[in-house]
Amino acid sequence: MIRYALRRLAGVIPTLFIIVTLSFFVIRIAPGGPFDEEQALPPEIKANLEAAYGLDKPLWEQYLRYLSGLVRGDFGPSFKFKDFSVTELIAQGLPISLALGLSAVLLALAVGVPLGAIAALRQNSGTDYSIMGFAVLGIALPSFVTGPLFALVFGLYLRWLPVAGWETGQLRYLVLPVVTLALPVIAYIARLTRGSLLEVLRSNFVRTARAKGLSEAQVLFRHALRPALLPVVSYLGPATAFVVTGSLVVETVFGLPGSGRYLVQGAINRDYTLVMGMIIVYGALTLLFNLIADLLYGWLDPRVRYE
Amino acid sequence: MSEGVATAVDSGASGAVGARGFWADAWRRLRRNRAAMIAAVVIVLITLLAFFGPALSPHSFDAIDWDHMAVPPGGPNDHWFGTDRLGRDLFVRTLHGVQISLQIGLLATLVSLTIGLTYGATAGYLGGRIDNLMMRFVDIMYALPYIFIVIILSTLFDRGNIFVLFLAIGAVGWLTMARIVRGQTLSLKRKEFIEAALASGVSTSSILLRHIVPNVIGPVIIYATLTIPQMILFESFLSFLGLGVQEPEASLGSLINEGAQEMESAVWMLLVPASFLVTLLVCFNFLGDGLRDALDPRDR
Repeated sequence: MIRYALRRLAGVIPTLFIIVTLSFFVIRIAPGGPFDEEQALPPEIKANLEAAYGLDKPLWEQYLRYLSGLVRGDFGPSFKFKDFSVTELIAQGLPISLALGLSAVLLALAVGVPLGAIAALRQNSGTDYSIMGFAVLGIALPSFVTGPLFALVFGLYLRWLPVAGWETGQLRYLVLPVVTLALPVIAYIARLTRGSLLEVLRSNFVRTARAKGLSEAQVLFRHALRPALLPVVSYLGPATAFVVTGSLVVETVFGLPGSGRYLVQGAINRDYTLVMGMIIVYGALTLLFNLIADLLYGWLDPRVRYE
Repeated sequence: MSEGVATAVDSGASGAVGARGFWADAWRRLRRNRAAMIAAVVIVLITLLAFFGPALSPHSFDAIDWDHMAVPPGGPNDHWFGTDRLGRDLFVRTLHGVQISLQIGLLATLVSLTIGLTYGATAGYLGGRIDNLMMRFVDIMYALPYIFIVIILSTLFDRGNIFVLFLAIGAVGWLTMARIVRGQTLSLKRKEFIEAALASGVSTSSILLRHIVPNVIGPVIIYATLTIPQMILFESFLSFLGLGVQEPEASLGSLINEGAQEMESAVWMLLVPASFLVTLLVCFNFLGDGLRDALDPRDR
């Protein structure tokens, strides 16, 4: 198991390398640079700027320099946030984004699994239909619609929670963003859990457990729940990607100083190094969480064997 | 239900005549699905409204009405959904946005369908090392959330060029399609009729186009219906972040973004485009689910 984990971890490196290389060259081939402002700079100043950032060097040299910087954890200077390096910007924003994302996934698990289980246990009842109706809505509603609506209702009308902003250590500011981010994941997990639990409850070993005289609760918690959670666990990989994407919106809507906003700002400003740094960090995180989800899957399902 | 399965199995066995039977059968199943049918009707109505509605209003989507700025809906004027802060008519603007969102959704789906179909069929049919290499690339692309690739692409091109946006969004949506098509192709290429085509000297590209592609079209249709709302969502997402459609053009995403910024004083600016987007997405999802159930009875 540990050897498998290490081997998978090693497999992440070439994938990351390809992501870095592809995005580096795709971004550089494109027309337009970070210093093409609406007010054209005098050519001398532009040349000086480009020299300062090493943009006048041949492309392969820039690439090698970027790679050797990466190895040392240096993502280069930001073109637009003057006086900041990309590493600094990421180090500043990423903890907030991670806290946001992880709480959303945990909340989604804590709410989605019980909801799905209740729906499955009361199949075709009113409860079941309302939970599944909620799930359809939760999946269809994008976070850039639910976010502003939540802010409107709970922030502006009811005044229960702050509309936007961030003060360190104040949980109130995290509630609406986390709920917004978690909502579609809750809905999806509820649907997955319901589907797979229904299937497991019909299987032979559950019938045996019941025949043995176990109570329904024992059947559920000791036997049925664990295999029923397998699809949920394999969804956790894609879910992190989903949450990362959602956090771009949620951080914009609620004005959180997370790293997702830097990605959006960087893209709008054509801040190459910032966009690349963010893509690499998020890419690495996604790969890592996929790996964790896979390992968790193997731990839950004894049929999985690592060679 | 069991009757439906029986017909579908029959149609598989009895060739060309049965093929029509399959579609007729699918249509019957779809018609019986009330949610899907209502959804389809709503989509058609919204589409008609989007394309013909703006002509009913005396305003154009980017004209500024200096006398009516940020007026709410239902006022004593001909701005049926009110106006935004610049005095632009929200009825026309929203419908204009629906138009753009629908067009982008459809075109991007077509793009991703074409790429996915070609890529998947080629990889599956050629097999071996090429297949390995091609699918490895798909795996790597999968590792990155789609939206990053779109963000990279939108960093590159002139923003506001809607055509490039179609391509960029379509160009990232093909991965799943390629996987589905490849799987189907793998099982198809062992079939006798492919062998017959090979034996009679048909070229690889003709086999792909004439024999493989028509045979994978069923699952492709199902997936494509489910892709349209995803693409609409992508476009709105990008426009919401300011990376998509640019002023004075409007898409549902950019309108929702403007509305979200003005919601304290002009809540209708958020609610009008948001309700259109939500209705469209929910309807497309119901329709897609209905189509999947209708075309793929095994799933039930």
